[in-house]
Amino acid sequence: MESVTRYVKSLFLWELLKGLGVTGRYLFARKITVQYPEEKTPLSNRFRGLHALRRYPNGEERCIACKLCEAVCPALAITIESEPRADGTRRTTRYDIDLFKCIYCGFCEESCPVDSIVETKEFEYTFEKRGENIMTKEMLLAMGDKYEEQLAADRLEDAPYR
Amino acid sequence: MAEIRNYTLNFGPQHPSAHGVLRLVLELDGEIVERADPHIGLLHRGTEKLAETKPFNQSIGYMDRLDYVSPMCSEQAYVLLIEKMLGIEAPIRAQYIRVMFAELTRILNHLLWIGAHAMDIGAMTMFFYSFREREDILDCYEAVSGARLHATYFRPGGVYRDLPQRMAQYKKSKWHNQREVNKWNENRQGTLLDFIEDFTNRFPRYVDEYETLLTENRIWKQRTVGIGVVSPERALQLGFTGAMLRGSGVEWDLRKKQPYDVYDQMKFEVPVGVNGDTYDRYIVRVEEMRQANVIVKQCVDWLKKNPGPVMVDDHKVAPPKRSEMKGDMESLIHHFKLFTEGYCIPEGEAYQAVEHPKGEFGLYMISDGANKPYRLKIRAPGFAHLYATDEMSRGHMLADVVSIIGTQDVVFGEIDR
Repeated sequence: MESVTRYVKSLFLWELLKGLGVTGRYLFARKITVQYPEEKTPLSNRFRGLHALRRYPNGEERCIACKLCEAVCPALAITIESEPRADGTRRTTRYDIDLFKCIYCGFCEESCPVDSIVETKEFEYTFEKRGENIMTKEMLLAMGDKYEEQLAADRLEDAPYR
Repeated sequence: MAEIRNYTLNFGPQHPSAHGVLRLVLELDGEIVERADPHIGLLHRGTEKLAETKPFNQSIGYMDRLDYVSPMCSEQAYVLLIEKMLGIEAPIRAQYIRVMFAELTRILNHLLWIGAHAMDIGAMTMFFYSFREREDILDCYEAVSGARLHATYFRPGGVYRDLPQRMAQYKKSKWHNQREVNKWNENRQGTLLDFIEDFTNRFPRYVDEYETLLTENRIWKQRTVGIGVVSPERALQLGFTGAMLRGSGVEWDLRKKQPYDVYDQMKFEVPVGVNGDTYDRYIVRVEEMRQANVIVKQCVDWLKKNPGPVMVDDHKVAPPKRSEMKGDMESLIHHFKLFTEGYCIPEGEAYQAVEHPKGEFGLYMISDGANKPYRLKIRAPGFAHLYATDEMSRGHMLADVVSIIGTQDVVFGEIDR
């Protein structure tokens, strides 16, 4: 009896029809496609994208040139030079991140003792010319200023875990 | 009469069914493969050598990039190795988190494998369905570590951060109104664990769908049954591990035989094939997905009930909490010391293997007492499998070579390392 059933099922393409049933159901099911540029998938507050340097609320830059991020960077993407400023505090004169080298591991953010270098949620960026892959200190600070509100909120939410 | 000679064909590295950057030099007699010669090394990045030049913790990110289809499993091998050499043990909650993510990674890997394998053979739909589920797992990855693929989440002595209490939500747009977005966000209301639990409840049904599409399908059977048969004895001789070995009927699973982390607490079964052909390996991997789902479920149940630390309380290995670091001089010194010099591992050597989705992923490290390894050797499962391509594909048709490299589940990140 079983062999007869199998023969009949095989003759009438039973398993192919069942497969078509699955795909057919999805033809009419609610679509889960996200229309990308206008619509985005949610990003968690831990997301690691493009870098930024943050400032204190009074406008002073946070980075104190301790060079911990430079030391911890596995890909050697960070280059820092520092000098004492006129008011006697030590600050960076150069803070470059080579985005070609960066592997977005998040160690710089993890190591920073003053929450200065952070990774933003920005993940859409392109380079058109040679050299644009280097993020200078000005670019990093500008990123920080642009996203400060978001950055502060994300860090606050993640604070209990770190 | 003209002399008939065998035809030599380059298969890859640009061929769409040559996985990654595989280059196969095939010697064909008509359409029959006489000899297959895999050429490797096109994705060589010198991970082993790189690891020798940096403190232990800085190489975690490079372990992700070995097998980029199942990142957290290679990470797990690395952190377990360091824990073994240091003689420390991660807190129990961290071990559960690691096992949970290792099993999610197994599903992640097998989903890509089933999608790509089916597409190589000609079933397009599988790829879309499996990538839909992958998206959910990648969301878990991102929620916990901040990256969708290269997580850098496990650390020697635990994991970096505990599981988050909130999932990110979809926002409405001109394409989808609030009602539709609410529907999408339904399973994202609770914690990450709720999201994973919801996934584990849905997942068996999805696997059923895959099986409806493939398991009985006559085209699928024609392309996989009896292709690339490896006898159990030969599989052992060739150094097969993982699903390739189990497909041939040898019951060998490191999670059972040499349990690491909390695998000895988990209840699951190890599927074993009978004939050792491509079809059996397919069945084995599909069942592995179901079993992985069972393990994830057990981990979720445990993790929901048992909060606790996720990192050892030893500031020679793990950095202190940020709040402590900012207020306490000694913690600050530990913080600086750990992120610049790292820690030193006592002189010695150790081997740590994990049951990676592809097979036995092993790391062998020799330490001379410094803050970086003297030598790190990576034992990639894919290498041994790829090595058997010649033997498996000899006498088969050209189109079957695609099935065979599909069933080997090769990823070049780990083979070329």
